[in-house]
Amino acid sequence: MFEAFQESQEVAERFQDLHPPLTAQSAVIEANRCLYCFDAPCTGACPTHIDVPRFIKKIASGNLQGSAQTILDANILGASCSRVCPVQVLCEGACVMHHHHQPPIKIGLLQRHAMDTFYENGAVLAKRAAQERPEKIACIGAGPASLACAAELTQRGFSVTVFDRHSLPGGLNTYGVAEYKLPTADSLREIELVRSLGVKFQFGVELTGEAAFAELEKRYDAIFLGVGLGAMHWLGIPGEDHPAVVDALALIAGYKTAGNLQVGRRVVVVGAGNTAIDAANAAKRLGAEDVHILYRRSQKHISAFDFEYEHAKQEGVQFLWQAQPIAIHHDQENNLRSIECLRVELAQDATPRPIPGSNFHLECDMVVPAIGQSPLFDLLAQCHGVEVKHGRVVVDRATGRTANPKYFAGGDCVNGGREVVDAVADGKRAGIAIAAALEVVHV
Amino acid sequence: MSKTPDLAVNFAGGIRCPNPFWLASAPPTNCGEQVMRAFDAGWGGAVWKTIGEPVVNVSSRYSSTDWNGQRMMGLNNIELISDRPVDVNLREIYEVKKRYPNHAVIASLMVESKREAWHDIVERAENAGADGLELNFGCPHGMSERGMGSAVGQVPEYTQMITEWVKEKARTPVLVKLTPNISDIRTVARAAKRGGADGLSAINTINSITGIDLDTLVPRPNVDGHSSHGGYCGPAVKPIALNMVQQVQSDPASQLPLSGIGGIATWKDAAEFFLLGCGTVQVCTAAMHYGYRIVEDMIDGLQNWMREKGYATIEDFRGLSLPHVREWKNLNLNYKIVARIHADKCIGCDLCYTACWDGAHQCIHLDRVSGVKDGHVEVHTKPAVVEAASRAKIAVTPIPKLDHAAAHSQSDGPYATPLARIPRVDETECVGCNLCALVCPVENCITMEQVDLGLAPETWEERTAAAASPGKSC
Repeated sequence: MFEAFQESQEVAERFQDLHPPLTAQSAVIEANRCLYCFDAPCTGACPTHIDVPRFIKKIASGNLQGSAQTILDANILGASCSRVCPVQVLCEGACVMHHHHQPPIKIGLLQRHAMDTFYENGAVLAKRAAQERPEKIACIGAGPASLACAAELTQRGFSVTVFDRHSLPGGLNTYGVAEYKLPTADSLREIELVRSLGVKFQFGVELTGEAAFAELEKRYDAIFLGVGLGAMHWLGIPGEDHPAVVDALALIAGYKTAGNLQVGRRVVVVGAGNTAIDAANAAKRLGAEDVHILYRRSQKHISAFDFEYEHAKQEGVQFLWQAQPIAIHHDQENNLRSIECLRVELAQDATPRPIPGSNFHLECDMVVPAIGQSPLFDLLAQCHGVEVKHGRVVVDRATGRTANPKYFAGGDCVNGGREVVDAVADGKRAGIAIAAALEVVHV
Repeated sequence: MSKTPDLAVNFAGGIRCPNPFWLASAPPTNCGEQVMRAFDAGWGGAVWKTIGEPVVNVSSRYSSTDWNGQRMMGLNNIELISDRPVDVNLREIYEVKKRYPNHAVIASLMVESKREAWHDIVERAENAGADGLELNFGCPHGMSERGMGSAVGQVPEYTQMITEWVKEKARTPVLVKLTPNISDIRTVARAAKRGGADGLSAINTINSITGIDLDTLVPRPNVDGHSSHGGYCGPAVKPIALNMVQQVQSDPASQLPLSGIGGIATWKDAAEFFLLGCGTVQVCTAAMHYGYRIVEDMIDGLQNWMREKGYATIEDFRGLSLPHVREWKNLNLNYKIVARIHADKCIGCDLCYTACWDGAHQCIHLDRVSGVKDGHVEVHTKPAVVEAASRAKIAVTPIPKLDHAAAHSQSDGPYATPLARIPRVDETECVGCNLCALVCPVENCITMEQVDLGLAPETWEERTAAAASPGKSC
C-alpha cells in the first residue's frame, strides 16, 4: 500500500457506499439477464470499449477471474470506473433493454462485482507475454490517463516511470471523487496493481522550468502528459480571500486524505457541475446543517448529470437558481457571515443577465467555489513544441500524439475535463501509439 | 359466459376422478397426510409412492440442473421406493379413500419378480381401496440392481409376464409405468398390452448424472464421497416425454389409455400431453419445487383455454395433435417460409445476425444503412469486420451541457433502435429454418412467413417414388 495514506473510520461511516454491491448470487441472476448482444452497444458506448457481454457471461458461467481479466485487458482501472462511471449515459444508457421496456443490465454493479472478487482473491493479473524493451517512458501526473498509459506500456515490455507532485498516486481518483462512490483506499488498491505490473512511481516531484523538461526529454524516449487541470477557478469577487472560502476539490481532498472533517454550519457551494454536487453532498455528510448550491442559470442548464442532481436533492442539498454571487462578507471578528448575490434573468440564449438592484444576502459561514479548474498554462508552456489551444493540449485523437512527436498527452489536459474512463481511454490509446512509434524506430 | 368445461375423467376403464391432474408416484405422495392435503389443494388423483418391501435410503438423494440462473430445470433423484412398511401405506390408503371417495388413489407397486409376491400385493392394495394399480417397471436406480423397476421394464418378456400375473388377480384397472431408458419404448408398451394392461404411464425418469462438483470432483448427489446415477425429471425432460408419448399413441400395437408424465408444470404442458392422446397427466417435480398449490392454475388455465377453444371435456380435444405428426419422408418439400424482421419491434441486440452467420445460412445482414444487397455469402460484410469497425470508433462520455443531443438521440432512423443495428433478411438465401425467430428476445419481432412457390405439395417419398418408377424418362 501507499504509506502516505491513513484510512479514517469516521469517513468510512459518513460516506458509506452509495450503491451496495451485488451478492454473488444476485450477480449471476443479473448476468443471466444480459442478452449477449452481437457488437454490443454497451461496448461501443464505453470509451475503453470493455467487452461488456463477454465479461458478464463470464460472471454467469462462474469464471470470475476471466471476467476480471476481460475488464482489465481493456481498462486497467476497471474497478474505479465501475464505481465512478456515469453508466446511465454510457454502457447502461446504450443497453438494448431500454428498447425492450426493461431496465438496463446493471453493468456497473456487475463490473464492480468482478473487480471486487478479483481484488479479494489477491489481484493476480496474468501478464502479457512481452519481450523486455530497452526504451524508457515518463508519464507526468499519476492520474487515470497516466496510469492507463503506463500499464499498457509496461505490459508491452517497456520501462515506465510515473511522476507526480502529490504524495499519493491516482489524481482525482484518489483526491477528488466522492468517497461514497470510490473510497481512497480502493483507488490506491487499484494503483497497487499497476505498480505490481512493474510501473515505477516518483512522488512529490514538481516539474518546473524548461530545464526540467529538457532533462526528461534527454532521459526518456517518450513522454506522456497526463497532468490534468490546475487549480479551481476563483469567483473573482471581493471577500473570497477569507479562510472559510475553500474550493470544492480542496474540500473533497481534505476529508478524503488529510483528515480534515470540519465544515461550516451553513455552506454555500457556487456552481452546479458534478464536482459542485460532490462537494455539497460532502458538506452535508460532514455535518453542515444547511447546504445551498448557487447557480447563475436554471436547472436545465447545469453540467451535472441528472442522476447527480437527483442524488444531491436526496442528500438534502438545496438549489438556488439564477443567482450570481458578487461579494462575500464577514463580521468584525472576521467570521464569514454571508454571500451577497444578484438575481439573474436569462436571455433567450440562456445568457445570464444580473438584475441591477436585486441584491440579497444568503447567510453562511463557508463558501465553496466549484466553477471548474483552470488549465496548467505554465506547465504546458514548458513542454517544448507541444501545441496548446484554449488551454488544452492539441493531439491526434486516435494516438494522443502532440505536435512534438516525443510528447503524447491524454485525459483532462486534452479534453478539458471529462470522466475517468475518458482519461483511461486516452492513456491506453497513447500507450499503444507510443509502443508502435518506438517499435518503428527500432526496426 | 359459456359453461365451465368439465375436467372429470374416467380413465383406463374405471378410474374416476374430478380432474386429470394426478400427483406422480414420488415424494409428494409418500403418506396419507400429504395426499389428503394435495386433494384439498385440488389434485384429482394421486399415485402412491411405490409400495413394496420397505427399503433403506441414503442421504443425500436429489441433485438438480440449474439453467441461466433458474433453479431446477431438471431434477435427479436416487431415492428408492417407500421406506415405510406395506401395511402402514395400505392403512393410510384406506383412510384417504374413506375421506376422499371421489378422488383417485392409485397404488404404485413393486415387489420381487415372483407370481405369489405380485398376487399378494395386488390383493392387499385393492382391499385397502385403491382405485387402480400402477406397476413400477420404470424406476432406473437402485431397485433395478435388485432385478426390479426398470430391470423389468427394459425386457419386454418380463413386462408381459408380470403384467399377466397381476391381471390374473386384479379387479381394478392395471397401468404399466414405462421406462424411457430403452431404445424403443414401443417394444415394452406392446408387451404390456399383450400382458393385458388396461393403461400405461409414461415416462418414468431418465438415467442421469446431473453434474460434478468441480472442487471435490464428486458427482451430485454426494453420498459420502460417491454418487450413483439417478432418475432425471422436471422441465428438461418434457420434450423427450412428449416424443415417447406420441410414439406409443401412434402405434396400434402399443396404444392404450395413457397417463402422461414428464416435466409437466403448467396447464399448457398438460394440454400438450392431452393433445397427444393422454387421458390423465402426472406431476412431480413442479409440486416438489413449488408445492401442491400449483394445481390451481393448472385447472384454471386449462379450463380457460378449453372455454376459449370451445371444448367441453378433455375428450373433445384429446389426441387431436396426433394426426399432425408424420414421418419426415411425408412432409411437404414444396412448403417454403422465410424470416421477416419487423424493424419497429427490433431492439438491436443482433442475436439473429450472429446466430444466422454462425449457426445457420448467412442470410441476415446489417446493411440497412450501408446499402442493401442480396446474394451469396461473398457479397456481404462479415461479422468480424462489423465488430472491428465499432471497436475502432472513439467514444467519449457525453457531457450534458455540451453533448445533450448526442446523449439523448441514438436513433438514426424512424425507429427507436438505430437503423444500422436493425438486421435484414436476404430472402433469396433464407431457408426458413426458424433459428433467428427462436433466438430473438422480442415476441413477434421476427415472424416466419410463407412464400408461395407455385408448386403442388410433394413429399420426399413421392419424389423418390416418382424418380424410381419405371416407364418414366428423365
